[in-house]
Amino acid sequence: MLQIPTWKRIVIWALVACGVLLSFPNLFYSRVELHNDAARVVEATGVETPEVAADLAGWPGFLPSGLVNLGLDLRGGAHLLAEVQVEDVYADRMRGLWPDVRNALRAERAAVGPVRRVDGPAGELRVRIGEAAGMERALDVVRDLARPILSLTGVGASDIDVRAEGDVLVVMLSEAEMQATDNRTLQQSLEIIRRRVDEVGTREPTIQRQGAQRILIQVPGIGSAAELKALIGTTARLTFQPVVGRTGDPQANAGVGNIVVPSIDEPGTFYIIEDRVVVSGEELTDAQPAFDQNGRPAVNFRFNPTGARKFGEYTAQNIGSPFAIVLDGEVISAPTIQSHIPGGSGIITGRFSVEDSTQLSVLLRAGALPAEMTFLEERTIGPELGQDSIEAGALACMIAFGAVLVFMALSYGLFGIFANVALILNVAMLFGLLSLIGATLTLPGIAGIVLTIGMAVDANVLVFERIREELRSAKGPARAIEQGYERALSAILDANITTFLVATILFTLGSGPVRGFAVTLGLGILTSVFTAIFLTRLIMVTWFERARPRTIEV
Amino acid sequence: MRLRLVPAETNFDFFRYRKITSAISIVAVLLSLLAWMVLGLNFGIDFSGGTSIRTESPVAVDVGGYRDAIAPLGLGDVRITEVFDPTFGADRNVAMVRLQAQDGQESVTADTIEAVRVALTALDPELVFSSVESVGPKVSGELVRTALIAVTVALGLIMVYIWLRFEWQFAVGAVAALFHDVILAIGIFSVLQIRFDLATIAALLTIIGYSINDTVVIFDRLRENLRKFKTKPLVEVMNLSVNETLSRTLMTSGTTLLALIALLVLGGDVIRGFVFAITWGVIVGTYSSLYVAKNIVLQLGVKRDWSKPDADAGTQFGDSAP
Repeated sequence: MLQIPTWKRIVIWALVACGVLLSFPNLFYSRVELHNDAARVVEATGVETPEVAADLAGWPGFLPSGLVNLGLDLRGGAHLLAEVQVEDVYADRMRGLWPDVRNALRAERAAVGPVRRVDGPAGELRVRIGEAAGMERALDVVRDLARPILSLTGVGASDIDVRAEGDVLVVMLSEAEMQATDNRTLQQSLEIIRRRVDEVGTREPTIQRQGAQRILIQVPGIGSAAELKALIGTTARLTFQPVVGRTGDPQANAGVGNIVVPSIDEPGTFYIIEDRVVVSGEELTDAQPAFDQNGRPAVNFRFNPTGARKFGEYTAQNIGSPFAIVLDGEVISAPTIQSHIPGGSGIITGRFSVEDSTQLSVLLRAGALPAEMTFLEERTIGPELGQDSIEAGALACMIAFGAVLVFMALSYGLFGIFANVALILNVAMLFGLLSLIGATLTLPGIAGIVLTIGMAVDANVLVFERIREELRSAKGPARAIEQGYERALSAILDANITTFLVATILFTLGSGPVRGFAVTLGLGILTSVFTAIFLTRLIMVTWFERARPRTIEV
Repeated sequence: MRLRLVPAETNFDFFRYRKITSAISIVAVLLSLLAWMVLGLNFGIDFSGGTSIRTESPVAVDVGGYRDAIAPLGLGDVRITEVFDPTFGADRNVAMVRLQAQDGQESVTADTIEAVRVALTALDPELVFSSVESVGPKVSGELVRTALIAVTVALGLIMVYIWLRFEWQFAVGAVAALFHDVILAIGIFSVLQIRFDLATIAALLTIIGYSINDTVVIFDRLRENLRKFKTKPLVEVMNLSVNETLSRTLMTSGTTLLALIALLVLGGDVIRGFVFAITWGVIVGTYSSLYVAKNIVLQLGVKRDWSKPDADAGTQFGDSAP
């Protein structure tokens, strides 16, 4: 009776010890955090400065150093949910396709007549052809431009769909290509956002794709969501374009092939520029904040060899005429070319502040976003509010913990103390698990822990009550304990499985704080069932073997 | 001497006032539904979209002054409420400013926030925004849908699980009790006009989890006793089961409530609504597993002979038991 094999005892205590050891670093949160940051610095740079070494020594390397991450609501920071306007890219692709289509159709002028691009919805290229009878030929010619694409579903699909509507030829991206493009756009956007956020150097940002078009960005420690938006929301598409003239009228007739764009720092001034890009930001290799010869903030940049060649040729041919530096559809400045610039490097001046020039250089270095983003959701939590929440949550945890311990001891005496030991170890193991999987603790998550503390004793209560009942039917203590466990098991399992189902649903469907709650609730159920079925029982059996009581009172 | 919430052996007749408790439950559910329809729910920005700004200042909150300061900005419906909390000192005055979702925008623009900040700091230079949250109409619509799915799926899964582990009558009883709890929780949110947001949905699901836990424990005992006492009338077996588990039911509710009350008082105002919902749910859930779930099972009757797996289901009140 009441026998637990030695190997089982060892496994149980080993698991408990692991849990406690893993939870240990959380007691020294700030020290371990400094240690982890220092370790990361050393890994990234390989250099160990005295400060870094001091931080590193703050926590012994042989101990586990995983911590429970604090959610934004506890640490303060900014949260953004962005939707990438993937349709932008379709329009870009069509714009890029137009010269090819035009050239291909011009070669067939005899059959299709003169061609002209007509307006249509973004993402479609509409071309009117002179000879409606030549439509078949035109379709064939344009279809020849299509490239086959590889996809899981569409074997032999091509990247564009071409159809005729009267005398208008309509080209658009095929369904499969749109999907592939969306995917690429999202990947690129993620990568560029990550680079931009990393440039600012905050700790542990979360940058995740959500669904088909969305990106979730969480940056702890940043001042506000507005700041974060300014950093990642800028497309940062930099182009150098020839200037035709200046005007004060935004509706001015720009002429064929030209566009009107506003000036960034002179309200009411507009530039007429050619819709032709001489060099674009994609050909930059470096950009650094700097000062111009008058000591005003500016940005130094350098092109890659192809960019440098194009820029050199253009400047050589256009000495004396102005060109525009355009960022996201606004002219930053329009200097006049003084001389041939052969080296591929230059300086952008404008009415910058030091912050502006630093930010612009960060944006230019990280590259342009392939498409614009709209922000669907944003949250800023001040660090003080987070700190208050942690303190309030910790205090509430302590009091709840104390109250439950006293209550259990009063109700069940020695057995209550067994349950209390198990409860303390239970919470330690819960923290250990949270640290192990790198879970994020949120304010509702703390509530989940408090709820776990309250409910964790339930399994023990079930067993104890059952033992009481078994004792009443005049069984020996050993038999009563054994039967108590056996008979309470189905209730424990059924009750906890149903609650676990709920936690799983919360985890799958919830987001952010709610998910944090689901994690602590779910893991809390696991650890409390473990402690009730195995740990309390083991403690009880160990005591029973030593004490060999003739009667027990539960 | 041990602390005992209930005597070692109890013999309460839980079904004596069956009609009255059923009536109370039905009236409470109806009143909750009525409140929900008439008063509506105070939806947070998660569900209605818009912007919520939390302001903190050492100077007392002047709700009227704030409103007058923001009104000229033309931001549409602006709601300002002062937040009170026992943990705040006299130098900590908190208010929530709610802006409606602005036309043609998803989340709020930095300019709007800045304009509100300028307007309010003109009134009170020491005022700071300790949090700003903004949800666009697109996302809030999706969140509503997700929340509904979550609650429905949770109820469905629990029903299936109970059905598999017990009998369909138990599943119906358990889920009816859950509906009862959820509707009463929504009712109190409506009557007290507590903010109803995503965290509230999490709280509702927790209530479901807690209440089902309680119900299942009693059902488990009922199943066991049904096997043991094959000839006893169902109502007596049920009473016996409830009495046997009463001590446990109250112990667990007791420890859970102890923990929750600590959190309710000390946990700060940010999660008070959330914790309140769970606390209320634990109380209602304990009641409903004692009364609602079993009253329904009693009405439906259950299969009595558990020794043969395929015996005919449902003998009413057990009076025709072998």
